[in-house]
Amino acid sequence: MPGSLINDLGNPVEPFLRSDRMPHIWCPGCGIGTTVNSFARALIESKIDLQSLALVSGIGCTGRVAGYVKLDSFHTTHGRAIPFATGLKLANPKLNVVVYSGDGDLSAIGGNHLIHAARRNIDLKVICVNNLIYAMTGGQTAPTTPDHSITSTNPYGVFEPSFNLPHLVEAAGAVYVARWTTFHVRQLSRSISEAFQKKGFSFIEVISPCPTLYQRRNKLGDGLDAMKYYKEKSKVRHGAPTNEVGLTMTGEIVVGKFVDRDRPDYQTMMRTQYTESLGERFVEQPEMVCDCS
Amino acid sequence: MKADPRGVLTGTHFMDGDHACCEGALAAGSRFAAGYPITPSTEIVERFASRVPTVGGTFIQMEDELAASITLQGAVWGGAKAFTVTSGPGFSLMMEHIGYAAMTETPCVFVDVQRGGPSTGLPTLPAQADMMQARWGSHGDYEIIALCPNSPQECFDLTIKAFNLAEEFRVPVMFMMDEVVGHMTEKVVIPAADQIEVVPRRHTRKPVDEYLPYATNGDLVPEMAHAGEGYNFHVTGLTHDEHGYPNMTPQIQDKLVRRLQNKIRDAADRIALFEEEQLEGADVVVVSYGITSRVAQRAIEAARERGLRVGKLRLITAWPFPEKKIRELAANVKAFVVPELNLGQMVREVERAAAGQAKTFAVSHAGGGVHNPEDILKVIVEASRCQAA
Repeated sequence: MPGSLINDLGNPVEPFLRSDRMPHIWCPGCGIGTTVNSFARALIESKIDLQSLALVSGIGCTGRVAGYVKLDSFHTTHGRAIPFATGLKLANPKLNVVVYSGDGDLSAIGGNHLIHAARRNIDLKVICVNNLIYAMTGGQTAPTTPDHSITSTNPYGVFEPSFNLPHLVEAAGAVYVARWTTFHVRQLSRSISEAFQKKGFSFIEVISPCPTLYQRRNKLGDGLDAMKYYKEKSKVRHGAPTNEVGLTMTGEIVVGKFVDRDRPDYQTMMRTQYTESLGERFVEQPEMVCDCS
Repeated sequence: MKADPRGVLTGTHFMDGDHACCEGALAAGSRFAAGYPITPSTEIVERFASRVPTVGGTFIQMEDELAASITLQGAVWGGAKAFTVTSGPGFSLMMEHIGYAAMTETPCVFVDVQRGGPSTGLPTLPAQADMMQARWGSHGDYEIIALCPNSPQECFDLTIKAFNLAEEFRVPVMFMMDEVVGHMTEKVVIPAADQIEVVPRRHTRKPVDEYLPYATNGDLVPEMAHAGEGYNFHVTGLTHDEHGYPNMTPQIQDKLVRRLQNKIRDAADRIALFEEEQLEGADVVVVSYGITSRVAQRAIEAARERGLRVGKLRLITAWPFPEKKIRELAANVKAFVVPELNLGQMVREVERAAAGQAKTFAVSHAGGGVHNPEDILKVIVEASRCQAA
């Protein structure tokens, strides 16, 4: 029986998931589950210490990732995953903190925090699943929705320009910026693994289908059609200038690793400044050891 | 347990309320603050920014109050005792995260140095008009604790109390200062560290496989774990079950929200702090808090000089409202007089708790200064003449 075959072999990503919470809420053809699979494989490949790993999400379809991973996981308020993660990281610098959220959460309501965390170079790994729309609430226009798309709040077509997220976060100071689609599962895993090796603000955008709302309203087919589109129209251009990687509704999708640079992260800069200014008066933040009651 | 001496500036100081609040936070063991500058609260985080690198901790100035009020909660789940500091407009922006702290039971302290409102209002002048916002400002049903200091000394002492209550009940505690208390400079005595009690985190001792993040053991407050300890716990602002998993049924909602309410309401008597004076045999009781309690003192004394029997009840805990105390007094007095720097907030609670047993007189003031004691005195005189209810 196929079922028993799968059980015998075991699904390699299952240990990373809260199986007691399955089935998940995502629609058929949605790409978020695919990104979680790539994320879990990156955890395997990078042999990262899972106990040191915390995952923070905001609100929305991607925001639900926090509830499905078997990690210390925080489902926060809309747009505020990054500042929550900032506090977590600063209080316990030993943690590897991943922010896993959607395009609307991170770049609209949370847009201010996105650019400031990049500017400060807080050591966070941000995975932004970009389905080009507000999906959880029924398909409203997001800052990432391509020009002329039909959405529930732009029923005659979107006329406001969209954000080019890699360009935005590079300008703000991110040290690692990559983009893939849910067709590029291995490349995505590799980028996530690479981000774990970086110290500083890393940003990985994953273009992901929303068949239920974005594609249906725009007559772009189902999840499989999205895969075909990603396969045909994606072009790998590592190091591409990010001002050239903006998205359109049916045009080319430039993917690859766009930025990989080094500059001191927030906590390194803080420590350097305090040491310089305070000398022996500077006291390192002790490890947060709990005074248990 | 006793305070960590590294954070305790033992000695006698001449210090304003804002700085005393900062020293209270350090003495309470807080080593993390996130803030956004706003008058008249900024001096608290300025001092924290200067002090904390010398005692081992972090201050981060965030991009706005929305960020500050959730960054501190991330720090709490990372193991820190954390707080933020603001005033009216910033407090308004923090409301969603007060609800998040209540829902996720994140122990933390929000300091609000009240100024005149609404909107930008009076940035440098006092008010006490955020009292209802502190209680009801976030959506949904929840309970918080709010304390009101009336001197720099209390800014120190009660900030420690605020952190302790936050840890004991796993609740956000509102520290409701006002501009005058914040900027008033007086003697502040900071005791030795071994004289300061601090409440440690209710951290679980359970092994990983037995730990349920939101299970309670009779006293309604669950045990906490921190990120990085191997518990693999989940925290959400959604309605959640004992596992911390989303469960959006009316049954779980009822169980959770009633527990969040009852863990504070059931302990209201224990949390209630007030200062009382000559309540025995009083005809009129002046109920006040914060800076207004010090202005009212003069009116109370002037009334007594005229032979009136006036008692004083100063609220130190504003929330949960000490309604039992008011109810008991209401049976024996003619009236309550409630001066406050707003157009009538806590007076509604007094009136509700008195439940018609005694009359209630507001002495309202829109803010921007403090009352003229004469205005309070007039109302005390009027109240003394009224017929018993």
